[in-house]
Amino acid sequence: MTAALEAAECGQQVLLIDKAPTLGGRTAQLYRYFPKMCHPSCGLEINLKRLKGNPKLRVMAMTELVAVTGRRGDYRVTLKVRPRYVNENCTACGKCAEAVSSEIPDPFNYGLSKVKAAYLPHLMAYPQRYVIDASIANTAEGEKAKAACPVGAVDLGMQEETLELTVGAIVWATGWRPYDANKIQPYGYDRYQNVITSVEFERLADPRGPTGGQLLRPSDGKPAKNIAFIQCAGSRDENYLRHCSRICCMATLKQTQYVREAGGDGRSTVYYIDIRAIDRFEDFYQMVQADATVSFVKSKVARIALNEVNGNPILHGVDTEGYHRYATEHDLVVLAVGMEPEITGLLGNGLAAAIVLDSSNFIEGCAGASADAGMFAAGAAASPLDVNRSVQSATAASLKAIQVVHKTVSTEVA
Amino acid sequence: MTTNTTAAYQNSFLREVEAHVEEGAWVKMCMQCGVCAGSCPFGPHWEHSPQKIFMMIRAGKREEVLRSDSMWMCTSCYNCLVRCPRKLPITHIMHGLAHYAHRLGLAPKGQPTRESARLFWNNCIKHGRINELKFTLALYFKDGLAQGIKNALAMQGIGLAMLKAKRLNPFAIFGGHQCKDKSGIQKIVAKARELEAKRQEQAA
Ligand SMILES: Cc1cc2nc3c(=O)[nH]c(=O)nc-3n(C[C@H](O)[C@H](O)[C@H](O)COP(=O)(O)OP(=O)(O)OC[C@H]3O[C@@H](n4cnc5c(N)ncnc54)[C@H](O)[C@@H]3O)c2cc1C
Ligand code: SF4
Ligand code: SF4
Repeated sequence: MTAALEAAECGQQVLLIDKAPTLGGRTAQLYRYFPKMCHPSCGLEINLKRLKGNPKLRVMAMTELVAVTGRRGDYRVTLKVRPRYVNENCTACGKCAEAVSSEIPDPFNYGLSKVKAAYLPHLMAYPQRYVIDASIANTAEGEKAKAACPVGAVDLGMQEETLELTVGAIVWATGWRPYDANKIQPYGYDRYQNVITSVEFERLADPRGPTGGQLLRPSDGKPAKNIAFIQCAGSRDENYLRHCSRICCMATLKQTQYVREAGGDGRSTVYYIDIRAIDRFEDFYQMVQADATVSFVKSKVARIALNEVNGNPILHGVDTEGYHRYATEHDLVVLAVGMEPEITGLLGNGLAAAIVLDSSNFIEGCAGASADAGMFAAGAAASPLDVNRSVQSATAASLKAIQVVHKTVSTEVA
Repeated sequence: MTTNTTAAYQNSFLREVEAHVEEGAWVKMCMQCGVCAGSCPFGPHWEHSPQKIFMMIRAGKREEVLRSDSMWMCTSCYNCLVRCPRKLPITHIMHGLAHYAHRLGLAPKGQPTRESARLFWNNCIKHGRINELKFTLALYFKDGLAQGIKNALAMQGIGLAMLKAKRLNPFAIFGGHQCKDKSGIQKIVAKARELEAKRQEQAA
């Protein structure tokens, strides 16, 4: 969003495509964000205001780039647009959702709760329009949604479309996805209900999340009081992701504060190799270290077992400060999962040949000589970055893209 | 002056391990996360986990490491090796350390794994293949006659069952199966030892 806004505000024509039905990315799914502990809705609101007031910027949601050919200043891109089954007439009144009864796992809550198959992705979604899930589009349920809409916005005849356009430069801001915790077998994410991921924990803490903001554990819905955070779950590990995901230490430090603020006698224990509170965040780390509700164990947990009686996960390992062996029970375990580039495994149709990836699949830049570069990466697509640094990198990428457009247009004129 | 101030950092034991121990060059890659220590099924029973051994090597604790019986307790289950986030070939390093300590004569005397390994290889090289009966008896009697008889009596049931199942041939005591070219095998082993000695000399 930032990259698109910066370019549009410099007077460029910008097309912003997002494969999701709404803008905002994963930042919108955080409860609050470090270091200031503010709500993401605030930054989102500012960006949406900039966006709505800018005639140079066009947004296409549910759209993916599937192929690119050509060169800097003159790229031909192929876009695939998935049907939303709801057109611009939608006023987001929600009558369609009332009419249907089928439910799907709510992507906004990482599937922790269900949502009607006619839904608004989240309260601040942009475009502010409902989506009819493809699973009901051609069913009686879809017809019910259509009948309920007072403004005739439900269009069940929509089809997938393919478009081709020409653009001067491309900024890849495709972000990240949480590493698949099932792959970390010794931690039993797939076997133990009370082992969850950090992104799921964000949703638990959010008053608009599946538990209304209460930190309830999945197995029995009891409040989680004694919570373990396991760092580097999938990161810094040659068997999983080789890079340090860089933000998960700060994310955990932040989440210990959700536990403290939940009141009661909640305690957090952080199991870590070393805490990487990057850059100026050392203050935040010191603040959490001084917090009596938080303790730290310098050890990468070796494996998790289950107490069959009470459903508590039992953490096994050896600490590095004294080599003490432990087997510690907690009510809930949060895996600080790593950030994997969203494009991992998705590149096809000549895209793979067009861009260069590093050994962890983050986008380094354009294939070929740097003088020919007309494609740039921004945010978590380029490197595991927090929101602040993603925004900075977006501004930088945008500036490079603007230069490309200026230079190539002026050579053509000359 | 330079030598004095940097002496503390010149870890000669780490260098020695890198030069002489199989896969020893990996030791410096350990990041002390503790996964290997926590993954070892024998972990609670030995004094020095791989994590600790690697730190001791880097801290220059030569005597303690080479005299440790921990490397001899490794059962080669490979749990640590498959889980190490830095992909250290931990199992191989542990065996490498055990072998090195054995060659230097520093490995703990009477350590059961070391003893059985010694008996196994002596038996194997002598016959060109393992003579199970002689090997078993040698193991039983390694701590003297009285203990040997005790051991044999304790294992009597299993021994008889193996006899019945024709898994044990009592006449093997007179030599048993031999391999076709015993001296050929012995020559191969001698040559391997010679090459290894040369390699060690070069590394030194
Ligand atoms: C548990 C956790 C907590 C965190 N907490 C904080 C915090 O408190 N503070 C902080 O600063 N950071 C935090 N972060 C990091 C933060 O989430 C990221 O910095 C941020 O999401 C990066 O933004 P982005 O726009 O680069 O990527 P994303 O948020 O991933 O957005 C990428 C966008 O691209 C779209 N997209 C993806 N692929 C395609 C495609 N092929 N075609 C079209 N569109 C596509 C997606 O739909 C999405 O809208 C946290 C991360 C985790 C894991
Ligand atoms: S930021 Fe912390 S938890 Fe995340 S990979 Fe790096 S060291 Fe591990
Ligand atoms: S698992 Fe690997 S990196 Fe971790 S302590 Fe053991 S050897 Fe070192």
